Amino acid sequence: MSSWLDYTINGLIVGNVYALVAVGLALIFGVSRLINFAQGSIYLVGAYIGWVAVVQLHTPLPLTIILVAVTSAIVGLVIERFGLRPLQNSVRIAPLLATIGISFVLDQLVMLTFSPNPRALPSQLPDVRFQIGGGTIGPLDLLIAGVGLTSALLLFVFLRYSKLGWAVRATAQDRDAAMQMGVDVNRVNQAVFGIAAALGGVSGLLVGMYYNQIDTAMSLQATLKGVVAEVVGGAGNVPGAVIGSLLLGLVESYGVAVFGTSYRNLFAFLLLVLVLVLRPNGLFASARQAPPEPLTGTFIAPSRPVRIPRWALLAAAAAFAILPLLPVSFYVLQTLINAWLLGMLALSLTLVAGTIGQVSLGHAALLAIGAYTSALLSLTFAVPVGLAVIGAGLMSAALGTLLISPSFRLRGHYVSIATLAIGEIVSLVILNWESVTRGPIGISGIPPLSLFGHELISPTSIYWFSFGVMVVLALLQGRLLGSHLGRSFRAIRDDDIAARAYGLSLNRYKALAFIFGGFAAGVSGGIAAHLYSYINHETFNTQQSILALTVVILGGLGNVVGAIVGSVALVGLPEVFRIAAEYRILIYGIVLLLLVRFRPQGLLGTM
Amino acid sequence: MAEQRNTMLSLRGLTRRFGGLTAVNAIDLDLAKGELVSIIGPNGAGKTTLFNLVTGLDRPDAGEVRFEGEGITGLSPERLAAEGIARTFQLGRVFGNLSVMDNVLIGAHTRLRAVKPAVPLIGPLLELGLALLRPAGVRAEEERLREEVKVILARFGDRLLPRIDQPAYSLSYANRRRVEIARALALKPRLLLLDEPTAGMNPTETTEMQGLVAELKAEGLTILLIEHKLEMVMRLSDRVIVMDEGKKIAEGRGEVVRGDPKVIEAYLGHGLSGTAEQESAA
Repeated sequence: MSSWLDYTINGLIVGNVYALVAVGLALIFGVSRLINFAQGSIYLVGAYIGWVAVVQLHTPLPLTIILVAVTSAIVGLVIERFGLRPLQNSVRIAPLLATIGISFVLDQLVMLTFSPNPRALPSQLPDVRFQIGGGTIGPLDLLIAGVGLTSALLLFVFLRYSKLGWAVRATAQDRDAAMQMGVDVNRVNQAVFGIAAALGGVSGLLVGMYYNQIDTAMSLQATLKGVVAEVVGGAGNVPGAVIGSLLLGLVESYGVAVFGTSYRNLFAFLLLVLVLVLRPNGLFASARQAPPEPLTGTFIAPSRPVRIPRWALLAAAAAFAILPLLPVSFYVLQTLINAWLLGMLALSLTLVAGTIGQVSLGHAALLAIGAYTSALLSLTFAVPVGLAVIGAGLMSAALGTLLISPSFRLRGHYVSIATLAIGEIVSLVILNWESVTRGPIGISGIPPLSLFGHELISPTSIYWFSFGVMVVLALLQGRLLGSHLGRSFRAIRDDDIAARAYGLSLNRYKALAFIFGGFAAGVSGGIAAHLYSYINHETFNTQQSILALTVVILGGLGNVVGAIVGSVALVGLPEVFRIAAEYRILIYGIVLLLLVRFRPQGLLGTM
Repeated sequence: MAEQRNTMLSLRGLTRRFGGLTAVNAIDLDLAKGELVSIIGPNGAGKTTLFNLVTGLDRPDAGEVRFEGEGITGLSPERLAAEGIARTFQLGRVFGNLSVMDNVLIGAHTRLRAVKPAVPLIGPLLELGLALLRPAGVRAEEERLREEVKVILARFGDRLLPRIDQPAYSLSYANRRRVEIARALALKPRLLLLDEPTAGMNPTETTEMQGLVAELKAEGLTILLIEHKLEMVMRLSDRVIVMDEGKKIAEGRGEVVRGDPKVIEAYLGHGLSGTAEQESAA
């Protein structure tokens, strides 16, 4: 029994930490209807500032907390002023993408400054445990609880009794009305981002002390946990976020108690998917309400695609096809092979995110499913590699669509959250389902690509194979877009309510888009598995999902040629300029930010 | 009873509450085949919510909707579209990135046969396959519908035909409304719900639209119309229903309803109704 009390205390303490992140997210969602994917990065920044303060400046604890809160708040203000305010009148997808880009940039800056190696963050508190009932509690637990309660109290007083707090609440209720009554919405946004960032930063500090370790992977995890807690409590609902956080902490803690540590995140994401499916407006949401009527579809930037003449496309394809016959180095071929593999993933994502408007942030999961399928089919069942790759495509199409189907009823930013969570679930299942996936060890010795019994080992043959597969997939997708089915997809993207009123079933067409897109991604993952010869649960990660999304936005949402051009550009240009690997992610983040700000329709325009 | 057989749409006690607000309060309504009934009332009277309830975009808390004698309460909008109910939206819901042609072709979605084989379970997969293969039957159907769309667009004179390949977001406000109506006509509806078709139109455009609606009525289409421009309502409607604060406060022929003191009060407010009555009496 005593251990149950310990797990409860642990759950509540961790929940308290999540609450600091989730409350910030809820405040921001309340005033700007935005899920801030950069919240976890601020948390990361907070942890590292805390490390500098404690380890290098030797500040006392109260000063450390104040320092972290103030610096984080400044980061939040900068994000609001330069990252988001310019996008105020932009399409709804723009701020979402901007926060993703900001999060990439911040994480990479921290990583480049402090190196990706974990660091110890000592807690500055005496290491004693007090007995209460059957469990124990330490001073750090009390500190976390104290900080949580104090912030909640301060926030309550601020929102309830200060003029700016009233303005925040008014803006959250009705932005336009608040503006008409003379509320300075920019100041409200500033206040909210400042507060959210201060809370997020302090939360990072406390978690670092709690586990006595900080590393750059904390960021995404924190965003995810905060988002889970916020959505569970109901987006934009501040008290709901607190309760959601405590609930999440308890669910995780009990889950760990029963199944073990590696299941912790699985429970968090399952809780999220469950809430999204059953109560998409959160546990404490008010009555169902019809969404407001837009003038036209405003989620995706309207634009006219750049029409590239057929002869130019043929000429480009021919040029790339004969490239291996020219005196080019293996290095060039290798780079382009990577571009073709990314191109297949981008084709898949541009259909799902661009054509039918489901902005997926977990697309790498489809690669993982494909890669594991092809690897296991060829290793365990001795299926010829060519067939195994096709099997990979079919498996990703079927399983991917099935896994993603709970999110079909969601709209806008919620789809992105759900796909992100489902992507994480896939990776966690791969990690934990050892009998099939060999768990954390991964799969090694995957046979090389082969076709009709001939092994494809030379870079030239691999180049032709991957280029050929990508071209076939692109042609098929082009044909799909030109059909009534493609038209139906685009109609659903532009306005799902009007589409339903004209007889288009959202489930049916979203499923078809994921089936087609899942196939392309699965094939890409399958081929990759045979090229890498070793894969594990981290081979295909969120970074790849975001890279694919950047490619898709660079090329133009839904644009088939754009997806390929974008892949070549994002894989090729860093090679051309010999940019060191650790700076690439930073550059991808900056590219994404610049695109969202200056050319949201991408290079070739939305199809 | 001959009369009942002719009833296209009938609402009984239809009610929808949002928190403390009853947006639609126990509405009864019968619409005969070929009839044009207008719903008028001040902003916030619940007219659009009523449309949403009839077209399945919102579900009533109480009451019943029958379409040609069949209960359709709470059915999904996609089912109701297939039954032949088409609507336009008050604030305009065209597909912004789709061309005028594509917008209207989506209107014909429920009438497609060749591309959507009615096979259970694998039907969707066949649809995907047919979209990629495009056999002759599918191409012929697409061609036929494209011709049909041009005929529909021709009803709007040269407003839409010259812009047939332009994306809808680039159109004027009035033209977007026209695209919505064209899209609704492409469904070959048995019941058409028009939500303020002339909002944002100038007098010339309004007259044009009024002419089109009159034509549709003359062709025998059953129409439920929400409209603020009373002159148009008076000219077109067989009957007028007045809503205020979710309730039906008057129903009847246009000129009768127009003189109803309750209607004047709803439009002009309680303080002014006395004067208005005196004026109308004088």
